Amino acid sequence: MNLDSAGLLYGRPNAYLVIAAFLFACGIYGLLRRRTLIGMLIAGELIFAAASLNFMTLNRFFAPDPTVGQTFVLFIMGLAAAEIAIALSIVIAIYRNYRSIRSREVSELKG
Amino acid sequence: MTEFPFAPAIAAAIFLAFCAITVSGALIAALSKRIIRGVCGLALCCIGLAGLFYFLNSPFLALMEILIYVGAVCVTIVFGIMLAEPEEVIEGESRSAALVWGSCAMLVGAAFFLALSRLSLAHPWLSPTSRADGSVAAIGVALLTTYSMAFEVISLVLLVAILGALVIARTGRSRT
Repeated sequence: MNLDSAGLLYGRPNAYLVIAAFLFACGIYGLLRRRTLIGMLIAGELIFAAASLNFMTLNRFFAPDPTVGQTFVLFIMGLAAAEIAIALSIVIAIYRNYRSIRSREVSELKG
Repeated sequence: MTEFPFAPAIAAAIFLAFCAITVSGALIAALSKRIIRGVCGLALCCIGLAGLFYFLNSPFLALMEILIYVGAVCVTIVFGIMLAEPEEVIEGESRSAALVWGSCAMLVGAAFFLALSRLSLAHPWLSPTSRADGSVAAIGVALLTTYSMAFEVISLVLLVAILGALVIARTGRSRT
């Protein structure tokens, strides 16, 4: 059994950093490609997740005090929850006014 | 005390499984046609992320990730989908235009992925000489001493967000 390579896999920051970059890329793709507001919201959540994973990786491997990154990621989660609440209420208000939540049709102010 | 046989290999297998869950969840969330599958992909991605947080020595954040993202955020988005019924029909966009814009967005995403991963892998990170304790008790003490101001302010932000969400959703109702 190759113990060294197994330890290298999850005991090294590389895999976590690549996964965080991948999550960020997926979020960017979804944000560009989605046609509805809720789809864009989901892509934004993916970007939040990428930021949290990056913070946690650097916190675990390179920070002298590991509580800092964990506290910061907790705050990120709280802000993401607040953002979801506000954004979904805006989406529902838009749906009541326009009968659609496609981002192309929401194109006028003070409807 | 004898070690469990093949413990590092089993841990590596579990780690790989969580990596696969995270990546496939993100792919489902970004690529699926129907929006409800996208939410399920987001939930899957967050479960995998919680496993990765566990591997990063913070089981507290792993539990919070599942509690907040899977339990609150994804369920709230599902409620939003049920109330606003977005049917993502492909109309008003021809097949070739969809192909062109899709490949453009894919190109931008791939460029971000390659640039970010190359940047973060090539940078010479410095390991710290000494490390403090990162347990749940230490997080609690830090939240109530060093970060007490930020802690209070974020509770205020959450309160204002809830009130604002209620007000915005009610205005739309009275107008129709």
